[in-house]
Formats: sequence, structure tokens, C-alpha cells
Amino acid sequence: MKADKGSSESYERLVRKRGPKPPYLRNAVWAFVTGGAICAVGQLFLGWFLARGLPLREATAPASAVMIALGATLTGLGVYDELGKRAGMGAALPITGFANSIVSPAMEYRREGLVLGVGARLFTIAGPVIVYAVAAALVMTLLRLAVVGVRGG
Amino acid sequence: MAPKKTGQTMVYASPPSILGTASVVGPREGQGPLAGWFDVVKPDRLLGQKSWEMAEVKMVEEAVDLALTKAGVSRSHLDFLLAGDLLNQIIAASFAARTVDRPYFGLYGACATIAEAMALGAALVDGGFATNVCAVSSSHHDTAERQYRFPTEFGAQRPPTAQWTATAAGAVVIGPPGVGKLCLTHATVGRVVDSGLKNPFDMGSAMAPAAVDTIAAHFRDTGRDPEAYDLVVTGDLAAVGQPLAADLLRKQGLNLDGRFVDSGMMIYDETQDAHAGGSGCGCSASVFAGYLAKNLAAGKFKRILLVATGALHSPTTYQQGESIPCVAHAVVVERVV
Repeated sequence: MKADKGSSESYERLVRKRGPKPPYLRNAVWAFVTGGAICAVGQLFLGWFLARGLPLREATAPASAVMIALGATLTGLGVYDELGKRAGMGAALPITGFANSIVSPAMEYRREGLVLGVGARLFTIAGPVIVYAVAAALVMTLLRLAVVGVRGG
Repeated sequence: MAPKKTGQTMVYASPPSILGTASVVGPREGQGPLAGWFDVVKPDRLLGQKSWEMAEVKMVEEAVDLALTKAGVSRSHLDFLLAGDLLNQIIAASFAARTVDRPYFGLYGACATIAEAMALGAALVDGGFATNVCAVSSSHHDTAERQYRFPTEFGAQRPPTAQWTATAAGAVVIGPPGVGKLCLTHATVGRVVDSGLKNPFDMGSAMAPAAVDTIAAHFRDTGRDPEAYDLVVTGDLAAVGQPLAADLLRKQGLNLDGRFVDSGMMIYDETQDAHAGGSGCGCSASVFAGYLAKNLAAGKFKRILLVATGALHSPTTYQQGESIPCVAHAVVVERVV
């Protein structure tokens, strides 16, 4: 039996009214502190590479690589899912979260083999992010071309 | 002779006995409030297997074998195995049936499977088609996560309405009347009820109307009052869905206050980070096979109505924007003496 539109909507209103609200403030504080801490660690590594004499443009790449390795290691150790559960976007948004989104399916689907498991499902979570990031970059580039032309700095 | 069916309710003419029950659970369930009632608590979630799926199969096999041992029934005297789980192609049930090596009915009713299996198993015995049958269902947190949600190590944040799929299996051996301490007298078979909700992270609210539909049908068909039961136990509506169901029942004139509990709320406590509570085919199965059956046998309860509840969606249907159809099946279990 499928509820008609009217009773389905009134039930949905009841559920929404009675359901527990997520702890928005606690989640936000966790996200702020965790996200900030991850970025501070990233900043430390960037500073270290800069101090070794790399120019800023070139120092960002190894600093990101270190953060990716850190995110991957923490995922492998079973720490990052605990962090993500509490910090939400604070853990998902930095590049360590991107590493988590790739390493966790790699671990999960390893049992289905390297080709159909890891290979095919590595980007289950990160895939959409990459697709729409590339699409957004394309749109922005076209817009920029339309506005400022091929010149510009 | 009294009719064997009224409305949606089957009435067993000679109530089949419950000869033995067994529950096998994972470490988290083994730290919960019902820890002492489970037969086997596994120290880890892999059970020494090479995948989560094979760990779940192992739990089903152990639960069946232990229930048969407690019932004093050998595998060769088992007429039918009725089993189900949450995984695609119900592999945990079927792979375990490969080991049990007896005639097998594979069932799918999501988390309502244990009541479906018990209802059908008792009908087979009461109908004279079988002497001994075994009903079993299972779930595993990690097999369910990877099928329905995310890889286990992915750091996703869960909303407070989400439920935690229990790593558990529960088996019930049903046999001829007059043998065991417990018997099955009625089973109310649920309709599929779809209230239109679409949020897979709030299955308690989606399943509540299905539970209400079956409970109301049961009391209508049997003409009983809620006072006839020491407990009405829903499967896994959990902390969000259970009070909702209680309210909807009250609106229909059924007041279950003081006797209405939910296995999803019993299996974990608030410190275990299970959000709204437990879920999964193994949740109601292990709570029945462990806590409920043992307390019925011990005389704490005389008669209970077990209402297992299942959400019948799949990742494909919710990604395609469909609502969540749900079902609830109820069985009456009572102490004979």
C-alpha cells in the first residue's frame, strides 16, 4: 500500500517535527577545530619546504603530498573515519579528506581483486568530486575567456 | 475446527514448539546491555575470515548449529532451513545453507526476516510438512555499510536518526507441539506499507507505519487486548521510530504503554554511539533468540508479540528517488506451562 500524496506529506511533516535535530553547534565546533588543525599542520609543512629554499609556487605541491600521505596513513590506521564522524566537513574538506575518500574504497574493495575491486571502485566517492571540479573549471575558464579575452595575467 | 486464518493472521491449530534458540553477536553487541543474554560473543568482526561477508556466513552457521544442539536435533533430522539476511542475493543465508546441507528456503524481508521465517516454519510444522525446521537471520555491520552506504574506513558523519546495523545472528529451531517450553500460536503477516518517506538515514520513521499496520491487524484479527501480552517487541524502529509508532497506535485506540519495547533500543546503550539504535536482520533475531526467549522460558514473560520490521528499499531505488516500502511481520510466542 502506498500512501497518497496528502497523507505522505502530512506524515513527513510529523516526522520532521518530531525527529531529533543534529547537534549543529557541537558539529560546527568540531569541524572548525579539526579543519583548522589539519590546515595548521599543512601550513607547518609548507613553511618547512619554503625554509628549505623552494619558491612558494613549487613548495605547495610537496606540502600537499605530505598531507595526502598523512590522510592515507590515518585512514589505514582506522583513525580518519573516527575523525570524520565527529568533524564532518572539517575532516572531509581538507586534502586529507580527499585521501580518505580514495584510500577507504581501496581498502574496502581490495578483496574483490586489483582490477574489479580496487581499480574499478577506487573513485566511488572521489569520482563525482573530480568530475564536477573539472566541469566547473571548464565553465569558469570559458567565462573568464568571455570576459577578459585571451590576454590577462 | 477453528479456522486456521483470520484476516492477516495465521492461527496454528497445534502450536509448534520452540525447541532451541541461539544468538551469535559481534564485539559491540557483546558490550551492550544484553551482553549476558547472548550465547556467543565474538571478540572481533572478521571471525578469522577473509571478508566481512564470510564472517557473516560463519555467524549464521554457528547460530544454526548451536540452536540445533540446544534443541537436541541433529542436522540430518532438520527438515527445512528458512534463512535470510540483508545482502544482495541473500548470500549469508545461502552460503550457510550450503554448509548446513538441508532443504532450504531463502527468504528476504529485510529486518523483518526472522518473523517471516518463524511464521512460515511454524506453518510447515503445523501443516504436517515438517517435524523440525530452523529459522535464522543475520546482519553484519560492515557488510551492510559497504552495500548500503560507504566503505568502512570512510569518514562520513551520520545524522542522529541513523541506526547502527547489528553484527548478529539469531536462530530458532521449531518442532512438534508439546515438546518445548515455548510455542508459537499465531503469526500476523504484514502488508507492504509505504508512507512516502525517502530518507535512508531515518528508517525507523519509514517503518513505523508498517509496524502499526501489522500490530493493528493482529489485535483486530485475534480480538485480543494489549493486556494479553507482557511485551509487544518491535524489530528495529529504534529511538526515533518507536515513539512514533506508539503515538500512531494510540490514535487507533491501541494503548501499549508499559509493554511496548523495541529490540533496536535494547541492543545498545546511549554510550555506544549507535545514534537512534540498532537495526539489521540480526538485531531482532538475536534479541529474540537471546534475551526474549530465555526470559520467556524462565517465566519472566508469559506471552509476547514479536513484530519484526523491515525496510524494503535498495541503494538503487533510493538513488532513483523512490520512497521506502516497509513491512512488519508479527509472531506470538508463549510459554506452555
